[in-house]
Amino acid sequence: MKAIRMKFLAVLMPLALLLGGCQNNTSVLNPQGPVAREQFHLIVWSLIMMSVVLAIVLIIFIYVLVRFGRKNSKGYDPSDTGNKKLEIVWLLVPVIICVLLLVPAVKTLFVLDHSPKATTTAPQTVHGKSLTIDVTSAQWKWFFRYPGQKIETVNYVVIPAGTPVKFRLHAYDAMNTFWVPALGGMQYTMTDMPMQLWLQADKPGNYPGRSGNYSGRGFVDMTFNVLAKSNTEFDSWVSGVKANQPALTMQKYKRLLKPDVIKGTLTFSDYPKQIEKNLNQAQMDGEDHANMKNMKNMNSMKGMNMNSNEKGGDSQ
Amino acid sequence: MMDSFIHFLLHRFFVTGDPMIYGADASIALASIGIVVVVTYLKKWKWLWKEWLTSVDHKKIGIMYIIAALLMLFRGGVDALMMRTQLALPNMHFLTSEHYNQVFTTHGTIMIIFVAMPFIFGLMNIAVPLQIGARDVAFPFLNALSFWLFFFGAMLFNISFVIGGSPDAGWSSYAPYAELSMNPGVGQNYYLVGVQIAGIGSLASGINFLVTILKMRAPGMTLFKMPMFTWSILITSVIIIFAFPAFTVALALMSIDRLFGAHFFTIASGGSPMLWANLFWFWGHPEVYIVLLPVFGVFSEVIATFSHKTLFGYAVMVWSMVAISIIGFVTWLHHFFTMGNTAEVNAFFSISTAIIAIPTGVKIFNWLFTMNKGRIEFSTAMLWALAFIPNFTIGGVTGVMLALAPADYQYHNSYFLVAHFHSVLIAGPVFGIFCGLYYWWPKMFGYMLNERQGKLAFWVFMISFNICFMPMYIVGLLGMTRRMYTYPAGMGWTPFNFIETIGAFGMGAGFLIIAYNIVWSTLKGKRDTTGDPWNGRTLEWSIPSPAPEYNFATIPTVSARDAFAVAKTQEDQENKKERQLFQPIHMPNNSGIPIIMSLFMFIAGFGLVWEWYWMVIPGAIGIVVCMIVRSFQYNDHHIISIEEIERTERAAGRLS
Amino acid sequence: MAQSPLRLHEKSRSSLPIEYSTPENDLRIVGFWIFLAAELVLFGTLFATYLVLQSHTAGGPAPKDLFEVGPVMIETIVLLVSSFTCGLSTIELRRHNKKGLIFWLIVTVLLGLVFIGFEVNEFYTYAAHEGATLSSSAFLSGFFVLLGTHGCHVSLGIIWITGLIIQIAKRGVTPVTARKAFIVGLYWHFLDVVWIFIYTAVYLTGWVM
Repeated sequence: MKAIRMKFLAVLMPLALLLGGCQNNTSVLNPQGPVAREQFHLIVWSLIMMSVVLAIVLIIFIYVLVRFGRKNSKGYDPSDTGNKKLEIVWLLVPVIICVLLLVPAVKTLFVLDHSPKATTTAPQTVHGKSLTIDVTSAQWKWFFRYPGQKIETVNYVVIPAGTPVKFRLHAYDAMNTFWVPALGGMQYTMTDMPMQLWLQADKPGNYPGRSGNYSGRGFVDMTFNVLAKSNTEFDSWVSGVKANQPALTMQKYKRLLKPDVIKGTLTFSDYPKQIEKNLNQAQMDGEDHANMKNMKNMNSMKGMNMNSNEKGGDSQ
Repeated sequence: MMDSFIHFLLHRFFVTGDPMIYGADASIALASIGIVVVVTYLKKWKWLWKEWLTSVDHKKIGIMYIIAALLMLFRGGVDALMMRTQLALPNMHFLTSEHYNQVFTTHGTIMIIFVAMPFIFGLMNIAVPLQIGARDVAFPFLNALSFWLFFFGAMLFNISFVIGGSPDAGWSSYAPYAELSMNPGVGQNYYLVGVQIAGIGSLASGINFLVTILKMRAPGMTLFKMPMFTWSILITSVIIIFAFPAFTVALALMSIDRLFGAHFFTIASGGSPMLWANLFWFWGHPEVYIVLLPVFGVFSEVIATFSHKTLFGYAVMVWSMVAISIIGFVTWLHHFFTMGNTAEVNAFFSISTAIIAIPTGVKIFNWLFTMNKGRIEFSTAMLWALAFIPNFTIGGVTGVMLALAPADYQYHNSYFLVAHFHSVLIAGPVFGIFCGLYYWWPKMFGYMLNERQGKLAFWVFMISFNICFMPMYIVGLLGMTRRMYTYPAGMGWTPFNFIETIGAFGMGAGFLIIAYNIVWSTLKGKRDTTGDPWNGRTLEWSIPSPAPEYNFATIPTVSARDAFAVAKTQEDQENKKERQLFQPIHMPNNSGIPIIMSLFMFIAGFGLVWEWYWMVIPGAIGIVVCMIVRSFQYNDHHIISIEEIERTERAAGRLS
Repeated sequence: MAQSPLRLHEKSRSSLPIEYSTPENDLRIVGFWIFLAAELVLFGTLFATYLVLQSHTAGGPAPKDLFEVGPVMIETIVLLVSSFTCGLSTIELRRHNKKGLIFWLIVTVLLGLVFIGFEVNEFYTYAAHEGATLSSSAFLSGFFVLLGTHGCHVSLGIIWITGLIIQIAKRGVTPVTARKAFIVGLYWHFLDVVWIFIYTAVYLTGWVM
């Protein structure tokens, strides 16, 4: 009973709360990193332009209705059926507005292709200027793999604030999207095409993320937290995991992949080498789901996996 | 043996375990029995069969489309209300995840394929032949077949609810989730087969209306003298012809994947899930214009009629529709900007999508300037058309915001997107359908819909629509994604969701008022004795309401746009009487083949859904036999004599 | 004379060929052309699908392991010749020559049957000897469905022409049967064109790549 009353209270909260909602860390309107900020600026700019368009339409609309909607209104002129000059004007106005919107949009597109600028030096446990994390979505949980640090986490990911992070996105089964609204827009995770997404947090904090693409029964639980930490905290987190957490075994990994919701988070200090950055693995395991065809098929896939493993090892 | 059969019935065939479904079972059974009893009691079976079920008359087919679409709108609306009830407050347990997923899937599929499409087909069936001065469509038999394919496709899709379970992969049914490995059971098969059957009917309608408009216009009616609604249908037909086959293929390929183990969109054996997204949206985006352009046509007619002025900038209106239809084919990728395309590709599709706003904007201004210097009459139909302008503009400008790919990364699949496409699809097709319904109702049935009730329904529905969808824009920007069956408290989403639910129920109330209005007006509505209740401008208003079987006793000759408005100013009464020289009229016969053939399609389709090939084969044979029987029919026309035409015209008060 | 419900602009139709001699025939022929445009999109989508999936052999047989020149050449020649004989039937139609029309339609049907026979045999060979079936790989799914759709169209055409031959035998060359024969001819030539694309996009690229 009390719970219901609380819910109604929440409903009746005044406007202040709505604005308060914009301040939390799941909002697009409260960007906490350079990527989200680029997108936020474009959103605001387009919102301004579109408000102008809407205002023009509304002003003409109201004027026409008020002026010609009255009974016995003067100025009825059925011969007014076209006006070349006017029509050219309202052909050109949307063209100009489109140009004003598309130029910054296309610029932003190319900016987002590249790594954002780091605001601090990277933590000691990160080699190079950016951190790479492999993300795999499975029904209905998120795996995060740190190929540089050899750490695996489930349903949460720790990143250093101020350092660019390259998320490489894969799916084990259904498509999902990887979305951390406060840090930047989403990308799909898919089985047949790996993708990447640059994100960066300005300052330490907790930034919730979720999947934006429906993937079945447990879709609502496809959430994760991005914990941004200062460099020293990040380093101590890495060494703490290495010292205290168990390693992920292949058996355990296969068990985790089964379609089910995992409430809470998991942390592992290591993972089996064959699952590293391995898209084809997902496809091969997908074969178990569906009806298996021929062994020839399987073997050739395994061959491909080996190769990608070796490459993955070298590039670090 | 018997045990396993009963086990099958209870656990796989009939959907069990949910009181709401038992309720639905009971109401479906009761409604069916009720219909049978009433028809039998009134001894109307023969009448029903001869006058309606076998009819090839475009006006009757149009009415049947609209009745079916209204029923489907009810079903889709109930789905929507169930979703909104579930989302009214956080952590609700009104629906389970599985049930909610089925409900949003059927809601989307039904609203697009089984509501918007048949409503559009209904209006075009009723109005197009009358507007161009024709006596029927080019292929009346095919027209009946189109309707029955749609009808049985819709029935097949709908029975999934109680038999076997509904699809739950979303109306866009993205692979690989919709594939067998992750989505076993018959639900998705229902989607694939039901929509496929209806889609074949839609394609046939597209061909039918293109030929009708190209070849059967009254003498003197050149392309650029056609009414704007007819223009919109001409362009829509072309889009249907080029978009639907892609969907036919996509549905067929996924069916083959699921039924015969192929690997088009699977994860395993080299299938490409992304290919589905491409094929689906290659049809899906033009589909938006298939349901949008016709209502642009409706609004053009209604705004011109009730401003008592010719449409402003006619030629530009036509060319902007042509431009929209062409560009509409090169924007499909904007549905997945976030699927790892290169920046160059995303830039191209951003630009092409934003460019569509230009011809659309031009049309908005032309509508505004049609009313400028007009004498605006606020009828119910006009109110719907007026509401369209600001509401659709909101949908349009948010569409441009979504077109900017980098910003779309933040909007994609969020409630911002949900709000956008409802703004477009409700302010466009739904308002347009109601607008057309109120406008052409007297022509369809010979009586008017009550204006007072109609206006009340309009205000309730329109205001509720805004209450329902405006908060969704905000809640989307606050990070809520679509297709979530519930959400946690404390995200700042609750108040918005609660308001949305209130709005949704308001829209339901608006729909009920319209239903009441229809029933009330049927019993007590004002007769339309003139055939021209609105002081109309196009040819459909020059004939009696409802139109006689042959539409035009003599085919009119057209010399200008707004042919009837011009004729009314020029023609004196003497002139009119002199022209009545009738000739016998040649009309197509009714045929039972369309309904029977579609029924076989249904049987074969049901067999495919369950992979019961003993059922598919007789169904398929039935279809082929129907085609052969039809091919061997030569005597398929009858002649209406001069006496009969005179009798009909005299009864309508057109002959003294 | 009864007024046609279709009431086209009544220009003189006596100078037109028999299949265009009534306004209704005109409508049906135009309608069929538009139907063929839709078919073009249908096959276009299937071709696009096939070309996307062509390289997705998933370790199974690739195009060059599978396709043999001999049977494919025979299928091609048979179908091309059937298109030619179908064209001859249209010439006989314009001469109002019932016997000639029926003769060339029968030849067309027979050639169509030979084509289907070879195609079924080709599919059988792939499935039985190479283990290449619909569910082996995405490439083979695309291959079987593209060619299968074309084959189904040809089979339907065979049933259609057969029914038409019976009607012509019963009724002679009338405006209605003439229109039907003309339309089925359009259909048959269209399938021939599709085959030329299949030959190029599937077999030729398969051999070359």
